Amino acid sequence: MRAARWSLGLVGDLCLTVGGLLLLFVVWQLWWTDVTAGRAQAATVHELSRDFAASDPTSSPSSSPRPPTPATLPEPSYGKAFAVLRVPRFGADWVRPVIEGTGHDVLQRGVGHYRGTAMPGAVGNFAIAGHRTTWGRPFHDIDRLRTGDLVVVETRSAYYVYSVRSHLVVDPTDVQVITPVPNRPGARPTSAWLTMTACHPKYSAAHRYVVFAQLVHTYPHDAGLPKGTLAAPKAA
Amino acid sequence: MLYAALWRILPGPRWVRALLCLVLLAAVVAVCFLWLFPRVAPLMPFNDNTVEPHAIGHHAAYERLVA
Repeated sequence: MRAARWSLGLVGDLCLTVGGLLLLFVVWQLWWTDVTAGRAQAATVHELSRDFAASDPTSSPSSSPRPPTPATLPEPSYGKAFAVLRVPRFGADWVRPVIEGTGHDVLQRGVGHYRGTAMPGAVGNFAIAGHRTTWGRPFHDIDRLRTGDLVVVETRSAYYVYSVRSHLVVDPTDVQVITPVPNRPGARPTSAWLTMTACHPKYSAAHRYVVFAQLVHTYPHDAGLPKGTLAAPKAA
Repeated sequence: MLYAALWRILPGPRWVRALLCLVLLAAVVAVCFLWLFPRVAPLMPFNDNTVEPHAIGHHAAYERLVA
């Protein structure tokens, strides 16, 4: 009888322990990853901004005339942060790093660039992915984007301003959304697109929420963005 | 049973034991948050949504959209 009571008590304690650990895991996944990733991503943006500013040739105004459109970058190596993303709809001070690749490790550190897709500003499809929830959840509000909203990509050489055209909810296997002409595999691209993908619905990985935007302006980096570009759009 | 045994093993008056329990709990949480969970998270089925493309020549071919 004592042995039975003792082992029953042991099982109860083990159940409590497992339950506590599971609860702790949920807290870690939904809260702690946001805390650590948010901090790390802000630090990456800070580093990139300093790096970009340092390479601006502003010190010599008499420098040789620039080409009318800044050259797009070559694709960086996997895991390297190379651009800064700003989306006024997500907040006037919302800013995230863009990192090459889309592995777990990359998406925990910022927005990931699908390797092999176009670079910012280039003709083709600059396709990027971000977490909808957890790890700083960069694309948490992706479903709040409206047609005409601006998405600004800053690289070492330029600011590329894209304007949102449309959105789709697709299956995770519908990879044609990141082809050079979005949703038209095999078609020859003639303009510069940006495609954002994120999980949908929130807290699920069943579908993907996809937003398409088209390049509308390019500003050389040392000229800077025109005032008001990053102003939060009206509520929609 | 486990927790009752732990309480009996811990030395000192009641408040010292309570304090030691809190310290142990904090240590367990720290190990979970900083070491255990980051390692098991990628193995969870609901996190199975990030993939890298197969490299086919110079071109990357994706099978799934991520994040």
